[in-house]
Amino acid sequence: MAQVLVVTSGKGGVGKTTSTAALGAALAQNGAKVVVVDFDVGLRNLDLVLGAERRVVFDLVNVINGVAKLPQALIRDKRLENLYLLPASQTRDKDALTEAGVAKVIDELRGKFDWIVCDSPAGIERGATLAMRHADAAIIVTNPEVSSVRDSDRIIGLLDAKTVRAERGDRVQKHLLITRYHAGRASRGEMLTIDDVLEILSTPLLGIIPESDEVLRASNIGSPVTLANALSAPARAYFDAAARLRGENVPLAVPGESRGLFTKLFGRKAA
Amino acid sequence: MMMLFNMFRRGSAPVARERLQLLLAHERAARGQPELLSVLREEILAVISRHVPFEPDRVQIRMDRGKSVSTLEVDIEIPNAAGMPLAKAS
Repeated sequence: MAQVLVVTSGKGGVGKTTSTAALGAALAQNGAKVVVVDFDVGLRNLDLVLGAERRVVFDLVNVINGVAKLPQALIRDKRLENLYLLPASQTRDKDALTEAGVAKVIDELRGKFDWIVCDSPAGIERGATLAMRHADAAIIVTNPEVSSVRDSDRIIGLLDAKTVRAERGDRVQKHLLITRYHAGRASRGEMLTIDDVLEILSTPLLGIIPESDEVLRASNIGSPVTLANALSAPARAYFDAAARLRGENVPLAVPGESRGLFTKLFGRKAA
Repeated sequence: MMMLFNMFRRGSAPVARERLQLLLAHERAARGQPELLSVLREEILAVISRHVPFEPDRVQIRMDRGKSVSTLEVDIEIPNAAGMPLAKAS
């Protein structure tokens, strides 16, 4: 059965688009049929991070307005034949996305794909709430930094209130993905630790993506980091996170910490 | 245990952690409710304006949210001439 994921954060610039591309690609590299959907209408970037910016003809808004059929708007990745992109439009009209239109597109995608990964825009406005609206599970991307953690808390509140699942009395499964983590700075007390963030947000941890030049290099060349350099530390962290999404029990080691954190982290349950 | 560890740990992260815990405790409690501060401000000003005229611009409201106690400070500048008819107000 298809799984709809939303990659969200509240705050901008924490790595939503990078993580959408990397996780989408990692799931596809494992054989699943994946579509990544850009909900950032007016400021699309997922096409650029995936290296598909010159191949965009139709977009999500065109499909919603009936200008194009869904298959016409889907762009197949050149490297991974089972990875597709549904780009956002560059229109400045904020009301271009309609609730009913998004519902229809997601429904149609559910029939075609194993994973539908929705890249949310920053903020808590229409685009962000529509991106999370139909999610079965959410990946909350958080940097170990005060403003990002606060905004993540806000987004967690919205996931519990504004999604179709929440309104049915069901739950959206929540996963925390900590990005730009710097073990040295955390151990010197210069950065919030993994434990700090987990304790404050009380949300199960999906993965820790270390700060790395490889992430910037990957976006420079228009490739998800899991394809650009599959052996790099961030790529391995994304592969592990993707495996956990599939339900596999992959041990989670906190970079630079040797205490028995594995059991500690997996012992944790969502509040 | 963690607190002890924090005390010996140098750096600003423990401060960040404490500030976040305090802030989010307040924000979670306020979620879904109308903004307490603006409700209080409106009602307090409505009561006072029934009795004395004052310039809305000359009102200062400050809030300080603490761990166990929060304070709301309302500072209203009332012109001297207007201060007298208080007894007359119904």
